[in-house]
Amino acid sequence: MATTELEILNGLGKIINEITGIPASEVTPEKSFVDHLDIDSLSMVEIAVAAQDEFGVEIPDDQLKHLKTVKDVINFIQN
Amino acid sequence: MLKLPAGSPGARILAFGHYQPSNVVTNDDLAKTIETNDEWVRSRVGIAERRVAGPEETEIDLAVQAGGKALAASGLSPGDIDLVIVATCTLEAQIPNGAGRVAHRLGISAPGAFDVNAACSGFSYALANANDAIRAGSATNVLVVGVEKLSQWVDWTDRTTAVIFADGAGAAVVVPSPTPGIGPVVWGSAGDKADAIQIKDRDSFLQQEGQTVFRWATTALHPVAREACARAGVDPAELAAFVPHQANLRIVEAIARKIGADNAVVAKDIVLAGNTSAASIPLALSRMIERGEVPSGGLALLLGFGAGLTYAGQVIEIP
Repeated sequence: MATTELEILNGLGKIINEITGIPASEVTPEKSFVDHLDIDSLSMVEIAVAAQDEFGVEIPDDQLKHLKTVKDVINFIQN
Repeated sequence: MLKLPAGSPGARILAFGHYQPSNVVTNDDLAKTIETNDEWVRSRVGIAERRVAGPEETEIDLAVQAGGKALAASGLSPGDIDLVIVATCTLEAQIPNGAGRVAHRLGISAPGAFDVNAACSGFSYALANANDAIRAGSATNVLVVGVEKLSQWVDWTDRTTAVIFADGAGAAVVVPSPTPGIGPVVWGSAGDKADAIQIKDRDSFLQQEGQTVFRWATTALHPVAREACARAGVDPAELAAFVPHQANLRIVEAIARKIGADNAVVAKDIVLAGNTSAASIPLALSRMIERGEVPSGGLALLLGFGAGLTYAGQVIEIP
């Protein structure tokens, strides 16, 4: 079943809030994890693991390092 | 038919002991020579300071100090010990092993003596060996030491490892018991990830793929912890203490959240001791006992995990 971009965005917002405490409303597609949201590499692993549980898509570490923005993760999950 | 000894119905830990080198290295100290800072290290790894032995203090020295303290606290004499197991992966040379030298220095005469290399899981593996040896009648009283001098295998200009690893030792005296004080071990490995933590050859330093290890540790280990409880017939809510390997405070906290040990004191010794690999579990628990944080007779879940990759966990009664 296809998941819409908005559904993934909302899901990511919830996950990122739970892991980092950043308000879900700040998680918007153009935001960079490192530059805008100040999320470190270990939190990114936690987010990837939680996203796998939520969306059923595995994000391996060698792929994870290329996902710079929220939009990059949304695209990865959709594709 | 061959004869076998009767063995013992169970074994228990009679006493712990620990030792840390006196030299304290803070994050600010490290920031003088490598690009890091106190806030970064505390938030990523959870370490405020660690202990590092100088060249005058060998790994065997650390082990002898911890082993001697455990022996003294147990009330047994060196002559009562007939097996010494040293868990370590950082001896300065492969030959000879550590256990024989530790035993000799402590005045333990002619015990069985071997080392266990299961890296950061080493203490749990060694303790399981001690438990099984006593139950099978292969040994009567066992000294188990977890010791590392990681500083001699760390590149002190590599900020990914220099901020993490440290030196230390912890030891336990294991004795026969009419009832089990050490539960069944749950152990295993993931050799497909062997490259994630390694010293490539004798001229190399310790390297770690932080994200790979973090992902594995925060996703693969809580079922091991739960199984160790289940096989011992213990509900995680009954645990008085959870003492995982002190790899990274965020890993410790992530596993603790997932196992339902709601009434347990969670070891966070890494804050002041760093990651001491095979030493971290006995070092942490010995210090918790010394500070009166955990009750004698209470149950503690030990969970080792690290290079190999290896893991092992068991429930014990706190002496």
